[in-house]
Amino acid sequence: MDLQIALLLGQDGIVNGAIYALLALALVLVFAVTRVIFIPQGEFVAFGALTLASFQAGKVPGTLWLLVGMGVAIAAIEIGIALRNGTLRRLTSALGWNLAYPAVAAAVVLLGQPGSWSLALQVVLALALVVPLGPMVYRLAYQPLQSASVLVLLIVSVAVHLTLVGLGLLFFGAEGSRTPAFSDASFDWGGVMVTGQTLWVVGASAALIVVLYLFFERSLWGKALRATAINRTGARLMGISTTQAGKLSFVLAAAIGALSGILIAPITTVYYDTGFIIGLKGFVGAIVGGMASYPIAAAGAILVGLLESFSSFWASAFKEVIVFTLIIPVLIWRSLTTRHVEEEE
Amino acid sequence: MSARSWIAGFVILLALGPVLLPEFHITLLNYIGLYALVALGLVLLTGVGGLTSFGQAAFVGIGAYTTAYLTTTDGLPDMVAWLGVSPWLTLPASVLMTMAVAALLGLLTLRLSGHYLPLGTIAWGISLYYLFGNVSFLGGHTGVSGIPALSLLGVDFKSGRNFYYLIWAVVLAALWATQNLLDSREGRAIRALKGGAVMAEAMGVDTARSKLVIFLIAAAFAAVSGWLYAHMQRFVNPTPFGLHIGIEYLFMAVIGGAGQVWGALVGAGLITILKQWLQDTLPGVFGASGNFEIIVFGLLMIFVLHRARDGLWPVIVKLLPARTVRREVGATDPLPLRTKPAPGTLLLDVKDAVKTFGGLTANNRMSLSVKAGEILALIGPNGAGKSTLFNLITGVDPPTSGEVSFLGGRIDGMAARDIARLGMSRTFQHVRLLSAMSVLENVAIGAHLRGRRGVGAAALHLERAEERRLLAESARQIERVGLAEQKFEPAGSLALGQQRTVEIARALAADPALLLLDEPAAGLRYLEKQALADLLRRLRDEGMGILLVEHDMDFVMGLADHVVVMEFGEKIAEGLPEEVQGNPDVIEAYLGGVD
Repeated sequence: MDLQIALLLGQDGIVNGAIYALLALALVLVFAVTRVIFIPQGEFVAFGALTLASFQAGKVPGTLWLLVGMGVAIAAIEIGIALRNGTLRRLTSALGWNLAYPAVAAAVVLLGQPGSWSLALQVVLALALVVPLGPMVYRLAYQPLQSASVLVLLIVSVAVHLTLVGLGLLFFGAEGSRTPAFSDASFDWGGVMVTGQTLWVVGASAALIVVLYLFFERSLWGKALRATAINRTGARLMGISTTQAGKLSFVLAAAIGALSGILIAPITTVYYDTGFIIGLKGFVGAIVGGMASYPIAAAGAILVGLLESFSSFWASAFKEVIVFTLIIPVLIWRSLTTRHVEEEE
Repeated sequence: MSARSWIAGFVILLALGPVLLPEFHITLLNYIGLYALVALGLVLLTGVGGLTSFGQAAFVGIGAYTTAYLTTTDGLPDMVAWLGVSPWLTLPASVLMTMAVAALLGLLTLRLSGHYLPLGTIAWGISLYYLFGNVSFLGGHTGVSGIPALSLLGVDFKSGRNFYYLIWAVVLAALWATQNLLDSREGRAIRALKGGAVMAEAMGVDTARSKLVIFLIAAAFAAVSGWLYAHMQRFVNPTPFGLHIGIEYLFMAVIGGAGQVWGALVGAGLITILKQWLQDTLPGVFGASGNFEIIVFGLLMIFVLHRARDGLWPVIVKLLPARTVRREVGATDPLPLRTKPAPGTLLLDVKDAVKTFGGLTANNRMSLSVKAGEILALIGPNGAGKSTLFNLITGVDPPTSGEVSFLGGRIDGMAARDIARLGMSRTFQHVRLLSAMSVLENVAIGAHLRGRRGVGAAALHLERAEERRLLAESARQIERVGLAEQKFEPAGSLALGQQRTVEIARALAADPALLLLDEPAAGLRYLEKQALADLLRRLRDEGMGILLVEHDMDFVMGLADHVVVMEFGEKIAEGLPEEVQGNPDVIEAYLGGVD
């Protein structure tokens, strides 16, 4: 291996690592706020990328029907609850988000011919379809189990993951898709070719991390999420709804996932089940950070990206083995540094 | 109809299966048996022990690949070549190989309970899957073919019908052994893992060992399933050992009812039949091929977790006529007793014990001592640090500095279970009973250290004599505390005061020299308190030392020989009950200053 190759691999690793870092942040966020280990994170990556690809192919993405279907299901549940409790007047917001919004989205996608739109508008529309799926999944799958143990929530996560992967196959078929790059520019930096897309990925990831930082440090909603993460009961006593906090964290996770998918779609072919492995690598990063620390999780994710790209050079067949085995020394390190106190669940 | 006749009916139906059913259904039943075996391991591991594993499919894979490799490879080194002669020789090889890998992974990851373990299992589940597909001597993604068929005493198992009997014999044996194991001393220790580990440790159970034991048993079941699979298919490739199949195994256990052994059978049967049916129907519905059944599986799983979190087996059992098991404990010779120290012997000596949590000093230079045949009461306002002191004496939380000695030997820093072995037993302020288990079984956990037969004997029920003695001793202690009527009730159904009394019986079942009671009288009615005081006096007169934390002053003052008063982590007074009652510092601590 010479320097040229090393730099190339390093660049590759950092690009992938940046995506893993975003996912790791989302995973840490969702876990801290809701105690849900969000295995379906990866499906949002695939949904984001493939929805965009569908627009470009002039097709109607299946995620639209998922949005409509889940909206109708939630609306039905909310109406049922409201009828039982006699609180019909409070339904406006729930019906607006779950019936009106999907209806508008359907009208735009079906009548607006998004295939002819500019890339930027297509990205916005793809996000508009995929991001609301996050809080909807929360409402349907997790909210009824808010008080369940981490393990029950984890099994639900795996179930949600399976359902979404199956739906992904149904919506997008088994073939993968690639989308055009955001920019065709490429730069020669000291003999190393750096593509515009690389800069987009790294730049967007960095920008998103800064935005998240500001959100958590400066905004009231961000502080509410942090409060919920630290002490759920305490946060509730201060008037923070843990349900709202949960939904918000799922909005952020879905947005981060979909955006990650859109960012990597020009670099790698995305299949309906690609998200899972990408999400798991984000996980390895998140576990390095102990599911608690954002900066360590992000650093861990970059490390995973680098490890992956270098091991694909030396032992490509064992790339995945190496990446997923990394978790074991990390777990040992964790088990040596944290004294485990039994939580009575 | 008794449980026995249900089981007999089920076995007869199983035996008639190959006579009555067409080949296709036999194949399906064979798979159900193989899956049920793995799911059974998960029932033990996840449902009973609370350790979730998504990686069982990888263990099945190790079992299958071990036999595939040994029976098909020519020119193996002499050391292992003899194993390849007969598939029956590779059975122990497959199981041992899998258990060795499981032991390694278990030692590394089992310390992390909670959510780290399942995440770890996902990671090594994926790693092992990719390893199967990429190691050239295992045939890569094409796999290994030409695995020999099994034969035994001239009967060959080439046909599905013959194999059926082999598989189901193994499954029934495994069900029987697991059921036996759970109904034993070791089984109670395993059942205490979920939600009762601190209590179990205080009763002398090595919970880390129990976790490893069920992890290894689950791996062994998976390995046997893999070995059977390899010789049934006579071909292996990595596909059936991937993470998604590992998830499916867990679904089987959870949907069937992860807490009961029969749940494994229900879950495996339901999922396998449903999968078959969905794979036939769904492509027609959606107009495309692909494994769409996972959509239904996922939704089904979410639905089950929302509506019947304990799975389907408990729902089925509810439909059957209810019967309560009241297996009276027969008469038997009592367990040997510990040689008790003579009255007046110094039992417990705490010197300058300090415990800090970060910046908070919960105990500051606390000293006290308890002699055999003496009741020492430790009193003080809430938050004075009494329970912290209990925890550092019993090894739940080691002291930051200072000395704790028991019967002349230092015990500070020792594990709770080792301290329990020396003859110290305790109750908890917040009741730690396993609410689904009967009072009798809960108390029997206290007698854990008085039995010694292990997992193997328990699985084969060779330890019945010892088990009877343990249960008889537990029953005796329950009668002693006055709860004989409630012996077979689930502990969780008792009133709080009675649950505290069960805790005392459990501590007594350990035959301790020193008894530590954390607020035993809280929640008791007047007559119950009197009965408890009588019991404690009797125990004292028998030469037991008792350290008592209590808020009920009438109870304490009428009972204790000595009183130590704590406030803000420090000792503020000590002496005879009447001395302490008149002490101005104590009055101030309890009633506030008179300014």
